[in-house]
Amino acid sequence: VIVTITLDDRPLAVAAGTTVAVALMNHGVARFRTALGGEPRGPLCAMGTCHECRVTIDGVPHRRACLELCADGMTVETGG
Amino acid sequence: MGRPDAVVVGAGIVGAACAVELAAAGLAVTVLDGRFAGAGATAAGMGHLVVMDDSPAQLALTAASLDLWRQLAPDLPPACEDEPRGTLWVAAEEAEMELVPAKRDLYRAHGIAAEALSAAEVAAEEPRLRPGLAGGLLVPGDRVIYPPAAARFLLALAVDRGAAIREGVAATGIGPSAVATAEGTIEAGLVVNAAGAEAPRLTPGLPIAPRKGHLAITDRYPGFCRHQLVELGYLKSAHGPDTADRADRASVAFNVQPRATGQLLVGSSRQYAGFDAAIDRSLLSRMLARAIEFLPELRGLSTLRAWTGFRPATPDKLPLIGRWEPVPGLWIAAGHEGLGITTALATGRLLADLALGRPPLIDPAPFDPGRFTSLARAGASPSPLEGGKGIERLRG
Repeated sequence: VIVTITLDDRPLAVAAGTTVAVALMNHGVARFRTALGGEPRGPLCAMGTCHECRVTIDGVPHRRACLELCADGMTVETGG
Repeated sequence: MGRPDAVVVGAGIVGAACAVELAAAGLAVTVLDGRFAGAGATAAGMGHLVVMDDSPAQLALTAASLDLWRQLAPDLPPACEDEPRGTLWVAAEEAEMELVPAKRDLYRAHGIAAEALSAAEVAAEEPRLRPGLAGGLLVPGDRVIYPPAAARFLLALAVDRGAAIREGVAATGIGPSAVATAEGTIEAGLVVNAAGAEAPRLTPGLPIAPRKGHLAITDRYPGFCRHQLVELGYLKSAHGPDTADRADRASVAFNVQPRATGQLLVGSSRQYAGFDAAIDRSLLSRMLARAIEFLPELRGLSTLRAWTGFRPATPDKLPLIGRWEPVPGLWIAAGHEGLGITTALATGRLLADLALGRPPLIDPAPFDPGRFTSLARAGASPSPLEGGKGIERLRG
């Protein structure tokens, strides 16, 4: 089963059951967000502990991409 | 290193401000801090630069200091996160709104811009405040700053003028024109006790007690609010005169500050609980619940961290700035309670004015530590509370 999410204003088709973090990494996204000092941030622990992979999901900022499953119609924004 | 002219004990923002003023006047200054610069209340506080009008003296000191911060603003490095946010005092009820015109007029009479806002105007300024508020008072000249960075900046200015900063060197005692440390005694004609809530440990008899506060900080939510938001009820809950009845109780007030990073600082609490730094979870919950009453969307935000700090509180809500007669050569710059960041610059200037015999920035009489020295000489501990509750009991 394929679901379609909107990643930074562009549609992205992924297999159902994929976490947002894996979907983004498979798509080649390295910069999930930007630290205050300007450095890129992305998944480190992939189990919800490190908070490095935070993105905005359906308008809610600071969601952990590694803990969220992709759902049809979901919007994901990086660069926060 | 030769013998300094002045030793400042405490590298918090007040000690830093004293050091830069004394060094700028040409004195050889040494600053001591048992931990590191800004390690005490300077790092724990919000960094709200706010004009307060609980008393004429407090208004004079805070207003003069805001002027100095404004003059310094162009020189502050980005790390100081100086932002002219302004304060929006929020009136929850009509009874609070009735106090607003007199408060506005008092501010204006002292040259401080202030504007009464209707309920609709408050909602337009800060749409995330809950509906049904009575109005507010906008004081646009108030500011927000990151205090530890500001203290570091002031110390750097002092170093540029020849001062020596010695972090990790604790003062173990203060005697006539001398400070004892683990590395030996430093003699100086002028000694300034700027050790905040810890000042009485070095100068017994100082009527300063730790008044604990909690703060929490959220993740980054840029644009959540624009002004420092404080409930008008804060004035009576936090800055009104203590009564024996009230002072035993911990109080909370709505006080939220937007940071340059997009984070929100959420306060505030006040309690006398000695130097126990542990988070009081029920009080923290009350504090956050109070903030959510005013900003319901706070409930959905993620909080990163909470911590506590100790305001140096005095019985009359005014700091001690001036000579401490019982000890020759000793001057005090301490006891600023929750206004130490705001009033640091005016404190440093006033202390230097007095110590160097210059015309004072403002009338120094209300801040004269001499108002407490008769008690100190008699061996009594002046109470920070009415009703005969001793300072020692509060520390216990």
